[in-house]
Amino acid sequence: MTTATATAVRRTPRRRPRAGGGQRRAPYLFLAPFLVLFAVFTMAPIVLAVYSSFFQTRRSGLGFGGEGEVVFAGLDNYVRALSNDGFVAGFGRMLGYGVVQVPVMLGLALVLALLFDTALVRWKPFFQLSVFMPYAVPSVVAALIWGFLYQPRVSPIVEGLRSVGWDVSFLSPDVVLWSLANVAVWSVTGVNMVILFSALQSVPREIYEAARIDGASELRTALSIKIPMIMPSLTLTFLFSIIGTMQLFNEPMTMRAVTSNISGDYTPNMAIFQATTLGGDVNLGSAMAVVLGLVIFVLSLVVQGVSRRRNGADR
Amino acid sequence: MSVATTARPTTAARRRPRTTQEGERPSVRSRVLAGVVMVLVALYFLVPIYWLVVAATKSTADLFGTPGFWFADLQLGQNLVDLSTYDGGIFWRWMLNSLVYSGLGSVLMTLVSLASGYALAIYRFRGRAFVIALVLGSMLVPQTVLAQPIYQLLVEIGLNNTMLGVLLPTIAYPFGVLLAFTYAQASVPQEIVEAARLDGAGEVRTFFSIGLRMLSTGGVTILLFAFIASWNNFMLPLLVLSDTRLQPVTVGLSGWSQAAITVPGLQTLVVVGALLSVVPIIAVFLSLQRFWKSGLSAGAVKM
Repeated sequence: MTTATATAVRRTPRRRPRAGGGQRRAPYLFLAPFLVLFAVFTMAPIVLAVYSSFFQTRRSGLGFGGEGEVVFAGLDNYVRALSNDGFVAGFGRMLGYGVVQVPVMLGLALVLALLFDTALVRWKPFFQLSVFMPYAVPSVVAALIWGFLYQPRVSPIVEGLRSVGWDVSFLSPDVVLWSLANVAVWSVTGVNMVILFSALQSVPREIYEAARIDGASELRTALSIKIPMIMPSLTLTFLFSIIGTMQLFNEPMTMRAVTSNISGDYTPNMAIFQATTLGGDVNLGSAMAVVLGLVIFVLSLVVQGVSRRRNGADR
Repeated sequence: MSVATTARPTTAARRRPRTTQEGERPSVRSRVLAGVVMVLVALYFLVPIYWLVVAATKSTADLFGTPGFWFADLQLGQNLVDLSTYDGGIFWRWMLNSLVYSGLGSVLMTLVSLASGYALAIYRFRGRAFVIALVLGSMLVPQTVLAQPIYQLLVEIGLNNTMLGVLLPTIAYPFGVLLAFTYAQASVPQEIVEAARLDGAGEVRTFFSIGLRMLSTGGVTILLFAFIASWNNFMLPLLVLSDTRLQPVTVGLSGWSQAAITVPGLQTLVVVGALLSVVPIIAVFLSLQRFWKSGLSAGAVKM
């Protein structure tokens, strides 16, 4: 996507003769609010988090009362973060969750977008809207709703399945991670579908015409023309999905109300939250946040690198 | 589509008579199949919302005692009264807070993004490449990972447990700037800005009277996504706000949901509150559909 933006930039004229003083100052004026707020609320926090991850507050005496002494701790917080079983297990869970949730969700979004792009579906606006609707439901509320739908005492789904002889418990330790994944699939399939569908719609129709003259079936056209044509959008949604997965917090945090099978450090973000609030150890929380940030950053670069190499020819 | 029909070479049609390519009549079988898939998909996505509507009309006893997908005694009115009076009507305070955080926050965010995107698209100035690199680079900084560092900063500068502390960090959003930049490149012609200058309009006035207007479709899209994102904001307010009266509705409801384990009757309020918290956002989406759909296809796709 960087490349595309860069080409678009180049197209606009580079020089304009006789720029007045107002014109020279104007861009800085327009950018000032963003840059100032960005510096204060994105750059400064990152610097502060990295800084504080190298320090520790040592409490004198019994740990009650009195100001703690802030001392340089080197990599001690990082060692503690990486040897914290809950934090590390959280990464493992995230990995398993992501490996399943992202392909299932994007696969569903892609199939739906492709279906909507054919003449096969009737009442298109209605069906598109119903797929998109959950996106308007905040993830906390989505987790509340599904929380009820998972609880044996309230859920018509559990009851219905039981009446046909299938006893499922959505909140059992082995299943609860996938129940969480389902909430995410329900929430974000719609918006990804809309993005992919828009991309499909902007593909020139003549290409399909040519494919049909060559005798390609609908399925074949989808696989060898449509999907490659929307690869940049697919990569973008894939990247955002991975980033979203690694940040999982709202749903598990909310669903803790209905099951004891979600621990306080179930995901890396929850571990950060727990260390910072209940644990009262801001420095450890910072180190964890830095680790999580780095992991996501590296993952994003890998995804981008792979996709760039794949699309190398036409970029 | 109609073009495809008329332009279709007859030989190709004869060769593959049952193809479902656009412009030709898809076979009945594949249409029925697609219909079945669509109905199943719609059920999956709509049933939870339908359940919420049904459940919101029930008393606590009926919530647990009657079939979930069908109405029992209609109690919606009573539930609304209970919701409005519980804990001094704090629910409406939460809704108001959410409206301030999301409404004001997203309007400011959109304005800031549009001004930045416009500046990057229209002007050539020193540091422009740096700002673009900064924006693109920071897209990879995960938002919720920032919550903990931002919380720390707010504690340092004394803005924790204040409305400003939740509002201010959401205003500078690189993704919004990138979208605005893309829209501005596509929809604000340099010539028009030049013309405004020749007519004697200052730079600021040109932006407000011409730039903003030409960016309105993109602006609505950014506004909507910003609104959703901040209505969804959870980790930061949960960290920052210890005073329940300052919390947004998501944090409030989540708190009630935890408390419902010990407080009987609170379950019903969680359900009704959840329904009410969704209503404004769905209304906004439905009424602005035309804008965000065209905005999406005009902007996001080109990235």
